[in-house]
Amino acid sequence: MSDGPSPRVVGESRSVNGAFGLLAWVVGLAYFFPVFWMVLNSFKSELDANASPKLFFHPTLDRYRDVTKSTTGLLSFGEAFTNSAVVVLVSTLIVLTLAIPAAYALAIRPVAKWRDVLFFFISTKFLPVVASVLPIWILAKNLNLLNTRMALIILYTGINLPLAVWMLRSFFREIPRELIEAAEIDGAGLKGQLTSIILPMAAPGIAATALLCVIFAWNEFFYAVQLNPVQGSTVPIWVTTNISTRGDFLAKLSAASVLACIPVVLAGWIAQKRMIRGLAMGAIK
Amino acid sequence: MTSVRYDNATRTYEGTSVPAVDALDLDIGDGELLVLVGPSGSGKSTALRMLAGLEPLDGGSIRIGDRDVSNVRPRDRDIAMVFQNYALYPQLTVADNMGFALKQAGVPKEERRTRVREAARVLDLEPYLDRKPKHLSGGQRQRVAMGRAIVRRPAVYLMDEPLSNLDAKLRVQTRTEVVELQARLGVTTVYVTHDQVEAMTMGHRVAVLKDGVLQQCDTPRKLYHEPLNLFVAGFIGSPAMNLVPVGDERPLRLGGSAIELARPGDAALAEISGAITVGFRPEALQVGEGPLRAKIRTVEDLGSEVFVHLSLEHRGQPLALVSKMMPPFDGEPGDSIGLQIIGATHLFADDGSRVVSTTATLQAASAPAGVASDASPAAP
Repeated sequence: MSDGPSPRVVGESRSVNGAFGLLAWVVGLAYFFPVFWMVLNSFKSELDANASPKLFFHPTLDRYRDVTKSTTGLLSFGEAFTNSAVVVLVSTLIVLTLAIPAAYALAIRPVAKWRDVLFFFISTKFLPVVASVLPIWILAKNLNLLNTRMALIILYTGINLPLAVWMLRSFFREIPRELIEAAEIDGAGLKGQLTSIILPMAAPGIAATALLCVIFAWNEFFYAVQLNPVQGSTVPIWVTTNISTRGDFLAKLSAASVLACIPVVLAGWIAQKRMIRGLAMGAIK
Repeated sequence: MTSVRYDNATRTYEGTSVPAVDALDLDIGDGELLVLVGPSGSGKSTALRMLAGLEPLDGGSIRIGDRDVSNVRPRDRDIAMVFQNYALYPQLTVADNMGFALKQAGVPKEERRTRVREAARVLDLEPYLDRKPKHLSGGQRQRVAMGRAIVRRPAVYLMDEPLSNLDAKLRVQTRTEVVELQARLGVTTVYVTHDQVEAMTMGHRVAVLKDGVLQQCDTPRKLYHEPLNLFVAGFIGSPAMNLVPVGDERPLRLGGSAIELARPGDAALAEISGAITVGFRPEALQVGEGPLRAKIRTVEDLGSEVFVHLSLEHRGQPLALVSKMMPPFDGEPGDSIGLQIIGATHLFADDGSRVVSTTATLQAASAPAGVASDASPAAP
């Protein structure tokens, strides 16, 4: 990678840069270590996992077999995974369907008082989640939505929508105005402008937004545990079912946690390039 | 065949009280290339965008042909526009960019391809039809933008500073190509620029705007030789016309010399009261021999012509003048040199309007005005 010593143009001297680089590595490793330890634990026996820290051991996939086998009868891995996938994908699709027109109205043809509208969207995020859970629970109960996927789909749509509108608005604003005007003069109606200009150009931004919605919805725990403790519950709830009051469960819990992490890590890794481009889109002209 | 008519067209941006375009009246003939020119903020781009339908009218109307388009959507106005930054669709190839409007209009694929090829041939773009805009040079992008407009065969072309992003040499070359193309296609064109050289060289007529108000719309020659007011006189021409405020004294004086006007001028002068500004172009100011002395500030030798920048004391203040001479010229900065006016001289009244254009000569500083007047052949 290194080109050897090169003439310094801007920035700090090499030694300062080196020190910062080292610090970054130390901090990075410190953050990564618990995750690494969790992955390590998931391949151990309970005995090894609970013994004094042990780097060398006989790796085994037994813990993964344990956690994916539906033994508890309450919530199986397969069930939780299906619930999560349905809830996450459906809610993200609804979010995008609603947020794209909203962002268009805020960014490209600003409606009257668009600032107030924008503030209203984000203000829905000010309320502490705890304060809203009781009214939501009562509503869900009266509507017979407790322990259904529908409850979570509605909630996650509501939670992610303001964020998605804000993000998409800033991505849409990056599209040069003249392009939309040119399309308008060239005879493209709203549909033509959206499908041939705006959506293709904002695609990285839309992908980044979708990915964040997926991650937030996949990871959400609080509402899920309150509204769906029995049925229709998601992977985070299933992870906690591997905590038992008796016996060792560290290795099992680690395996469950790793399984819960894999989809988002995978999605993030696949979408990494698009996402970084999307997130950085506003930063450079 | 299509003419364009602005009738009292007004646009005031939200949150401002001064109209960006104020009661614009303008007739653009069929097949004419009309240039809108003015400094930034003069409303020239707004006027174009009003014609495009990208800015709504707050008053008046705009007609394209026989049709009042004031409330017609841009896509229904049968116009094509070339933007300053070209506004090419980055994800589409050159061919798709040029065929975009046809596709929107539902033109069959075969015909689309034929028409795009045709336009590409005219613009030398055939080798690039499959490229994306980001793989093109600035000049090529500009041609694609032109191509996108001509493929459509619209009633009117609108061009918003289409050459501003090109380097100087390419700009001059492309300027000629655009003029030729427009002449060949014979389509009514409205062209916006801030560059008065571009305006003068390209326009059949040029409309000069300032602060949203139309100052004058005329042929380049008339604009140059018969500017209606001080603004047009100062804006058109490079280097700019020498404009000398001479106050309300009579006779008019430049520095220590009296300005003697030829026949129509002196009669008109008698009827003006108030402060007067005298204007004469750089080529009307001759350095070398002359009754008035000035100091050379700098000499710009362009080879084909020489601009001599001068300074003299006028009404107690330093006054900068510029003279255009034919080479060779061997004055040096700091030299003292004689001045004489040898060409058209314009008189502008207090309100900036041109009162009269005439010829004038400078009289020797020592000679009393009356004596000089008798000596002038133009005097009665």
